[in-house]
Amino acid sequence: MTPLLLSAYTATTCLGRGLDATRDALRAGRSGLAPCAFETVQLDTWVGEVAGVDDERLPAALADYDCRNNRLVQRGLETDGFADRVREAVARYGTTRVGVFLGTSTSGILETELAYRRRDPVTGALPGDFRYRTTHNSFSLAAFTRDYFGLEGMAMAISTACSSSAKVFAAAARQIELGMIDAAVVGGVDTLCLTTLYGFASLQLTSPQPCRPYDAARDGISIGEGAGFALLERATHAAPGSVLLLGAGESSDAYHMSSPHPEGLGARLAMEAALKAAGLAPADIDYINLHGTATPANDAAEGRAVSALFGDRVACSSTKGATGHTLGAAGAVEAAICALALTDGLLPGSPGTATPDPAIPVQYLLETRRGRVRHALSNSFGFGGSNCALVFGLAA
Amino acid sequence: MSTLTAWIDGVGFLAPGLPDWPAARAVLRGEAPYAAAPSVLPPPALLPPAERRRASRIVKLTLAIGLEAAAGADASLLSTVFTASGADGHNCHALCEQLATDDRQISPTRFHNSVHNAAAGYWGIATGAMAPCQVLCAYDASFGAGLLDALAQVALERQPVLLIAYDGEYPEPLHAWRDTPDCAGVALLLGPERGPRSLARLDVAATSDPAEPLADAALEALRGGIPAMRALPLLARIARGEAGAVTLDYLPPMQLAADLQPC
Repeated sequence: MTPLLLSAYTATTCLGRGLDATRDALRAGRSGLAPCAFETVQLDTWVGEVAGVDDERLPAALADYDCRNNRLVQRGLETDGFADRVREAVARYGTTRVGVFLGTSTSGILETELAYRRRDPVTGALPGDFRYRTTHNSFSLAAFTRDYFGLEGMAMAISTACSSSAKVFAAAARQIELGMIDAAVVGGVDTLCLTTLYGFASLQLTSPQPCRPYDAARDGISIGEGAGFALLERATHAAPGSVLLLGAGESSDAYHMSSPHPEGLGARLAMEAALKAAGLAPADIDYINLHGTATPANDAAEGRAVSALFGDRVACSSTKGATGHTLGAAGAVEAAICALALTDGLLPGSPGTATPDPAIPVQYLLETRRGRVRHALSNSFGFGGSNCALVFGLAA
Repeated sequence: MSTLTAWIDGVGFLAPGLPDWPAARAVLRGEAPYAAAPSVLPPPALLPPAERRRASRIVKLTLAIGLEAAAGADASLLSTVFTASGADGHNCHALCEQLATDDRQISPTRFHNSVHNAAAGYWGIATGAMAPCQVLCAYDASFGAGLLDALAQVALERQPVLLIAYDGEYPEPLHAWRDTPDCAGVALLLGPERGPRSLARLDVAATSDPAEPLADAALEALRGGIPAMRALPLLARIARGEAGAVTLDYLPPMQLAADLQPC
């Protein structure tokens, strides 16, 4: 594919708001996970909650979009000067030429979960202040973002569970490559809700302690929430050292709704496709941000695929011990972490992981270290067997 | 503004009173009257027995229309673009209902069926397709969003892509807030070059023109009531073998001008 410039990018997770907070936490090997105290949830698990999300106030004209997920959308957009960079792009290209491609798993479903507690005792009706389109619906965050910037062109939400906001990069890149748009706001936002907390618990996939990706004793995920955004444009005038999207690869497991293919076949296909799109060989990759959810099955399957393709030569880590698994936001959040790896020569370690699983023969980073990263690859895999890998590099 | 182009190599269709594409084609040609009736969803024969028993209405719907459009092609090799205005409404209602009680121990099957890409996941299990699978949502604009991404994939990968646009209904109390009346969907097999099965060439570009309503009031109600049925003006042209452009509703003020050249 034709390389694209990430002319701005940002991430907000339990590690803090924006790139500096994320960088500092990764350098220090700090985790943002804490015992779950979200809403009325009674589960023995840890979560990565973003502080102060509900303090965010949406513009009055967009009040119908108000919900925890869109508050985090706005928090993310108004971080690291990202929204200003989008407004500059809109001024440059026009309101019809900047697309919106955002990923989410559960959007604002928390609003519906809470409304179901307030049903009319006689009729069963939801309360009159409930809104579906602007909160619960999967498109809500993309519609809100489009309206937030007064955009009038293409927009879509991608919802493929935990690969959602990796796949947005691929979809936006296609439309830019074909000249349908000149720039795209891509990203992903997911927030804590009862469906995912109780749902992953029902599958016995949540850990009672902070998650330990790739650890021999790993026993499940820690659910997080987050917002990650990038502004994609053609890279024709990219300044040296700017971060570029070089390749994207997508595949399907065709295996099971909630378990990965045991050999990681789909994961491997996605990584191979991303390398091919980037015109790179496995030896060109210096850091892999793993999907690494810390479930026994995910890390074993992904590890098999990574070791089959890269051997144990490439430094790799999952940053979910730091951020938690931000589900539909993971792809975009981890794209920003890959950008930091490239620009700062920062190879993030894996808070929580003590003993890398000896059955997974990859070069797993426990501690953060410095080193040159020419190209970084990020993996994101979701329920339903949806896989996406992205390759990032630096402009010469 | 650029144009996206593909050849339509197959159509799948299911809507209230219109059980498949031949039935819809006859109505759209004016050869048969439209009689509204609840959507009839065939059993998903392709799924393994365990999944078949638990298959939801949208899983049955997407397998039916996807396989109808892909007839003659090898579904296990096709890239897919699924697009829907919502996920499984009945499953969502059951989860929200239980999460509002004191017993929040929801069923793991209900949970993994709650993802927006559940129907796409079952399609993969049924067909064995490991090719890329997209799953989109753009509320009422979902058909247009799916068409844009499917056409872009065809243009860049030079491989056929199966677009599956579908919607299902919510039960009460959500139905009062999202009143999609029934299950319906349309699938288009889109190819990069004219082939022996090609029905027409399709060129799509942005426009700000309004979409023309369908002449038949009942069909127009279908078009307006179920997001995937925003494709009906295009399907009417395909059914009649008519050349020319129609406007399809997308995301105001952006609409899609779809120009059809029958083979």
